[in-house]
Amino acid sequence: MKSLRRLGLAAGAVLMLSTPLQAADIVIGIRSEPSSIDPYFHNLGPNNAMLGQIFDRLNDWTPKMDKMFGRAAKSWKAINETTWEYKLHKGIKFHDGSDLTADDVIFSYDRAANYTGGNSSFRTYTKGKTLKKIDDYTIHITTEKPYPLMPNDTTTVMIMSSEAKGTGGKNKGISAKDFNNGLAAIGSGPYKFVEWKKGDRIVLEKFAGYKGPIEQPWDKITFKFIKAEPARVAALLAGDVDAIDNVPTSDIERLKKNAKVTLSSGVSNRVIYLHMDQFRDKSPFVTTKDGKPLDKNPLKNPKVRKAISMMINREAIVERVMEGVAIPAGQLLPEGFFGRSKKLSFEKYDPKGAKKLLEEAGWGDGFGLTIHGPNDRYINDAKICEAIGQMLSAQGIPTKVVTMPKNVYFKRASKGAKGLPEFSFVLVGWGSGTGEPSSPLKSLLATHDKSKGMGASNRGRHSDPKVDGLINEALATVDDVKRGKLLAQATELAIGENQGIIPLHYQVNTWATRKGLKFNPRADERTTGHDYIPVK
Amino acid sequence: MSVFIIRRLLQSGVVVIIMSFIVFSGVFLIGDPVEILVSDDADQEEREEMIKSMGLDKPFLVQYGIFVSKALKGNLGESFVFNEPALLLILDRMPATMELAVVSLMIAIIFGIPLGVWAGLKPESWASKSIMTGSILGFSLPTFWVGIMMILFFAVMLGWLPSTGRGDVQVILGMPISIFSWDGFSHVLMPAVNLALFKLSMVIRLARAGTREVLHQDYIKFAKAKGLQESRIILVHVMKNILIPVVTVLGLEFGGLVAFSVVTETVFAWPGMGKLLIDSIGLLDRPIIVAYLMIIVFLFVFINLVVDILYSILDPRVRLQDVKS
Repeated sequence: MKSLRRLGLAAGAVLMLSTPLQAADIVIGIRSEPSSIDPYFHNLGPNNAMLGQIFDRLNDWTPKMDKMFGRAAKSWKAINETTWEYKLHKGIKFHDGSDLTADDVIFSYDRAANYTGGNSSFRTYTKGKTLKKIDDYTIHITTEKPYPLMPNDTTTVMIMSSEAKGTGGKNKGISAKDFNNGLAAIGSGPYKFVEWKKGDRIVLEKFAGYKGPIEQPWDKITFKFIKAEPARVAALLAGDVDAIDNVPTSDIERLKKNAKVTLSSGVSNRVIYLHMDQFRDKSPFVTTKDGKPLDKNPLKNPKVRKAISMMINREAIVERVMEGVAIPAGQLLPEGFFGRSKKLSFEKYDPKGAKKLLEEAGWGDGFGLTIHGPNDRYINDAKICEAIGQMLSAQGIPTKVVTMPKNVYFKRASKGAKGLPEFSFVLVGWGSGTGEPSSPLKSLLATHDKSKGMGASNRGRHSDPKVDGLINEALATVDDVKRGKLLAQATELAIGENQGIIPLHYQVNTWATRKGLKFNPRADERTTGHDYIPVK
Repeated sequence: MSVFIIRRLLQSGVVVIIMSFIVFSGVFLIGDPVEILVSDDADQEEREEMIKSMGLDKPFLVQYGIFVSKALKGNLGESFVFNEPALLLILDRMPATMELAVVSLMIAIIFGIPLGVWAGLKPESWASKSIMTGSILGFSLPTFWVGIMMILFFAVMLGWLPSTGRGDVQVILGMPISIFSWDGFSHVLMPAVNLALFKLSMVIRLARAGTREVLHQDYIKFAKAKGLQESRIILVHVMKNILIPVVTVLGLEFGGLVAFSVVTETVFAWPGMGKLLIDSIGLLDRPIIVAYLMIIVFLFVFINLVVDILYSILDPRVRLQDVKS
């Protein structure tokens, strides 16, 4: 329960005073640079991680994503089917000394909802919601239909000062540039923005007026952007940085033996999985064993999909390819998350059973496949594809392996062939930002339907009206217990029975620090300065 | 003379126009920036909005037309990733790259010429053979590997030099420069040596070859016969004559140093233009890639133009040939 202690969730709990008298600074080498300091410009991991330290959200996740805690909000509850009431803490100060009130929250949500010119907005979370000020410290958020994911959605949008001044233009007269040079970067989070030297570093400084639940172990936090993997590890070993993120799996064994380094790792909300073409009768990369075109698509048969899943030795992939740093997966989220199915565990390696199933399905003689994957997006992505290729090839499905850089891969995987997914069998990953399975169910397994906004990343076009029905029902069920059950049911049907996707493993992320420090591993894969703490 | 310059200017203009088209269409062919930038959770509507706001829904030729008409006004587009003018983002990074390039050029000259001359004067000695073997390594070892090895040796094992990033920056004559403080200098040293290795090897080889050739010339023999001191012969008569090819080649290579220090900047996390370029390629930030390559095209066209003009001034035959053709 370290996280509980750290966050001081008990009302007004005073954190132990462990701060030494001299200034405490930390330099952190991180892989990814954010693209802006404007909190609504780009809804992306590195931005959300960096800016969450400068700006408060209404509520937020604990590092393990098993609980939410209030940041600007003291409490939140549904007061009727379609209205949520948020009570704000009194006395929260922005970095410029002004008070955080309901007006700032409404201003922020308004700017987020109407942001133009950014790279993917927060509209996914603000859509269909109306904010109403009841008094300075009470807000009602209403929706047309019952909306259970309100607290999940409010962990995303950050709150800026409505008094921030910009240099004009759209987005309430404050441009991304006004944030990037610090003019408008006024939040109420534990750390103040000091400077951003693009391509080099971001510096944050402790905000003395912060009274919230997040601990402030450092007076100054410097993030240096070191993209090359060996260079990042070397910078830690050389003592140029105190900590790094995204430790490459190949270095983990070696670093474990190094007495000067501490490793902290934790399972993430990201599942690595395979999509299979289920919408074309002639799939471009499904062939006969000797590579000639096939006029039937075996991947449309759930038995074939299950057989493929059984041919994959997940434990061997975790052991050999991932060097032990991953957890075999049987559904969309690892243990500890809301809405998981208790029935589904990962598919056991079973070559005989797979062969039998293939025969039952009428494909006992096998067929040819090509697996496509990125080579610079997920941990060891290309190597995973190669391992799968070898496993299938050894069991009667000769499989070619093609990997490519993500900037080429994702376009082709989503809409390479006349607006349709170009490949037949692809490796992708999904991190559930909302901390429960409705987002991957909605995006990966619901029927692809532009008008409803469903199945946006459904690259295999799996479609089952029953699954869609369960997802929609869950999305409209406010009762947590009932919704959890519906989500679990939807997962069991879509993955357990239909084999709509083949989950491989949950990614485990590793952070490294010099001795004397450690990191609270975050399931959302964010690297935040205040989660690096001195070991007592 | 003026006819020659006007003709060259026109040719340069044509090169710039053709290059802009090649660069723009090349970048247009790879991937889809929206797929890279968009958040996983975004639905189809959101994605389409993004495509529109970036202007990617328009046909290729229309996009190119918009780019050209803006470029003529000095605007090379706005970065997709940062939403700031691409040109300013690149110029912002230029001093760091220039600094790195100048320091590594200095290293190449200061160490390359004496070593090369030494190897030329005493070709049979043990030291000269080592120098020449070393220069082969400098040519053939990959920059990336050498960079990592240097970091492991000087930063991790010995702890003498910082492994990453740029040091404290002072503003001198309006330029942010880091090499005049120890902190800044210690940061620039390793990447500069890494970047200099190739040029250093080249200077050594040019200086050696030049020295071997010059030593047999009549004026050296005459100087020796006259009884001049050895040091004066080398420093004045040999040096002056080998410098011409060295300076010519280095001048041209400098453009390459500035434009393509990508690998070194990535290994050492040096916040220069090369790192910006490689990051932008990874994120498909088309405006930055195009603007960067356009700047480089301008740089090379400009250098070549100056060289051509200088040649024509120095050598009338070039000018006459041009008029005839």
